[in-house]
Amino acid sequence: MEFEKELGVSEERSGANILVESLVRQGVEFVFGYPGGAVLPIYDALFGDERLRHILVRHEAGAGHAAEGYARSTGKPGVVLVTSGPGATNVITAIADAFLDSIPLVVITGQVPTALIGSDGFQEADTVGISRHCTKHNYLVKDPAELAAVIDEAFQIATTGRPGPVLIDIPKDVQIASAAWNDGPTQRRQRYAPRTQGTAGEIAQAVEMIAAAKAPVFYTGGGVINAGPRATQLLRELQAKTGAPVTSTLMGLGAFPADHADWLGMLGMHGTYEANLAMNQADLIVCVGARFDDRVTGRLDAFAPNSKKIHIDIDRSSINKIVRVELPIVGDCAVVLEQMLAEWGSRKGQDLTEWKARVDTWREKKSLSFPLNDDAIMPQLAIQRLFELTKDKDPIISTEVGQHQMWAAQHFPFFSPNKWLTSGGLGTMGYGLPAAIGAQCGNPDSLVIDIAGDASIQMNIQELGTATQYRLPVKVFILNNEWMGMVRQWQELTYESRFSNSYSDSLPDFVKLAEAYGWKGIRIETESELDAGIQAMIDHPGPVIVDCLVHKESNCFPMIPSGASHVDMILYGDNVAGTMDDEAKALV
Amino acid sequence: MMHIHQEAEERHVLTVTVDNEAGILAKIAGLFTARGYNIDSLTVADITDNHEVSRITIVTHGPPSQIDQIHAQLERLVPVHKVVDLTELGPHVARELALVKVAGVGDKRVEALRIAEVFRARPVDTTTESFIFEMTGAPDKIDSFVALMRDLGLVEVGRTGIVAMARGPEEA
Ligand SMILES: Cc1ncc(C[n+]2csc(CCOP(=O)(O)OP(=O)(O)O)c2C)c(N)n1
Ligand SMILES: [Mg+2]
Repeated sequence: MEFEKELGVSEERSGANILVESLVRQGVEFVFGYPGGAVLPIYDALFGDERLRHILVRHEAGAGHAAEGYARSTGKPGVVLVTSGPGATNVITAIADAFLDSIPLVVITGQVPTALIGSDGFQEADTVGISRHCTKHNYLVKDPAELAAVIDEAFQIATTGRPGPVLIDIPKDVQIASAAWNDGPTQRRQRYAPRTQGTAGEIAQAVEMIAAAKAPVFYTGGGVINAGPRATQLLRELQAKTGAPVTSTLMGLGAFPADHADWLGMLGMHGTYEANLAMNQADLIVCVGARFDDRVTGRLDAFAPNSKKIHIDIDRSSINKIVRVELPIVGDCAVVLEQMLAEWGSRKGQDLTEWKARVDTWREKKSLSFPLNDDAIMPQLAIQRLFELTKDKDPIISTEVGQHQMWAAQHFPFFSPNKWLTSGGLGTMGYGLPAAIGAQCGNPDSLVIDIAGDASIQMNIQELGTATQYRLPVKVFILNNEWMGMVRQWQELTYESRFSNSYSDSLPDFVKLAEAYGWKGIRIETESELDAGIQAMIDHPGPVIVDCLVHKESNCFPMIPSGASHVDMILYGDNVAGTMDDEAKALV
Repeated sequence: MMHIHQEAEERHVLTVTVDNEAGILAKIAGLFTARGYNIDSLTVADITDNHEVSRITIVTHGPPSQIDQIHAQLERLVPVHKVVDLTELGPHVARELALVKVAGVGDKRVEALRIAEVFRARPVDTTTESFIFEMTGAPDKIDSFVALMRDLGLVEVGRTGIVAMARGPEEA
């Protein structure tokens, strides 16, 4: 037809084909997925196509977390492809994880044919309904002619503004039916345009507040990492001009170099004494891409009582959600930091000598120090040695969830963004191994290590097979304390040591398990074996599990117990009560 | 003992302009349940010739900080174009339509009809022993009318929930 020629329509293609072409057009390199009845047309379209690499996982949750690890370590969106029903429900945890940690994902799910929707068909689940509140946006596509535009918009929504997961549910008949495919760029609906810039007034006021502050602190978060490496660079420049000390959330580690004289370490529940005290005593808190999470603030009515606050965030709903701030700035961290730098010009801030001297007295507490033990490897020491022996390789570290995660955050310093992959908001055990696999796909030459716990690693242990199949040389370093250590710690501190169901009974032999999957297995039992074991792990060209037996009952300190304020931190050697009142117990 | 702590609450009327796409109402209603917000009333209908845009009026109550969050969380949804907090904005008109069925004979029937006139409620269905009154007005006016009908043979009430608009010449 005349009209179609004008639009440049080249040919009719199946929905499955349009999907594949659209993914290629988006620059997708890897698809993490698992086949099934409702996505067979898509798998057929992928067959033999060398432009996309499909990574076949062993469980759909693994696909989701692998896509997250890929996204977090490369800055590009992760793509997931799973079947309807159980395939879709299995990936929900990873979608919820990506939603809370603002990770850009595009998740494609198969669906029963349109005529069967709502009939309780075989492997039918209301995927759009189930994922509604853990996706940034989702679609059910009922017409192949809409696919190209939907996919284009899905990538835009996943990657711009506050990043997050977007799900596209495609019924099987829509994958088979054909529609016109246009090789040119798709017509995009211009409906999603998040605000990225602060107003001139806001920027001027922010700079004035910082320049006037006598005790300022930068409180930075995952938003700085999401805003790209430029944001990291700009943060460092603005810090250099103002001289203010910097702390970060769990998600923001790496944005500011850990060897900098003004680095305070992580803040919050397991943050350093100096970071939490600086927050408590500051007269100005500049929050950049963080969201005053309850792990960070501790008891709210005692949080940073004497400070003014500036909050820079791309998501307006993160501002004034938990803590009221004097100056909200809605915008992209990189853009706003750049605006602030320009406004700062050659200004001079206050003399911060006195403030930094106070910070130094808090540093003297050495809150991360821990007692050594003659009979067992201290888990903190194992992390420190892991860092020392791998630092020249600039490794990518993922973690599972628990004490080992917090020890990694405390004792493994980071110097650049996209090197630290952890499940912060949702706290998903089982995240680390698939995330490491995804990161290794995107960074084939990097050393990628999952710092794991004995319990968490079993939650997605099946992904060992994925690494074997694709010859991905990921390393899993298990701090094996034979406990769900973090649960055990809370039970010790709040339930008078009634250790209800927190002992890791019947653990597998991790070395044999590694070997069964074609991995190398190494066991480290004593401190004298520690360095050699780590070195052997690094030197082995393929995937390795290190089963590092550590002191079993160590607690993770410092700790702000739930319901306490920043000044009520528990440090190593403090006497800790074995119980708490109901108000404190009710907090998670 | 632990007690749950409560904050002082305000009632707000919000209008939300949205893309008229599948699932949008579930998204908005679900946002309220998922985050523990209150819905006192919710109305929705499309407002453009091509049926692409709908306007939703939501009446909610909660502490001021929560109202602000509701506003921000609604704006965060991709199909949402615009959220206006009419209560925050200032004077506005809020109207609701009700159908009220009243059954009775004799004095009560006469009294019901007389009160309906005072309230400008119109009988839209009449039998020898019943009326259905149609009434449009501010919600509290409808409340008063329904309360008066209770003693006069009230059978059934249907209400639409409110639609609202800011006063003055400008679009809110
Ligand atoms: C999927 C999931 N289930 C339960 C929890 C609660 N949880 C948090 S830490 C933890 C124990 C983790 O044990 P392990 O992996 O051995 O780590 P450790 O604390 O001993 O270092 C549990 C059960 C969780 N975070 N995620
Ligand atoms: Mg453990």
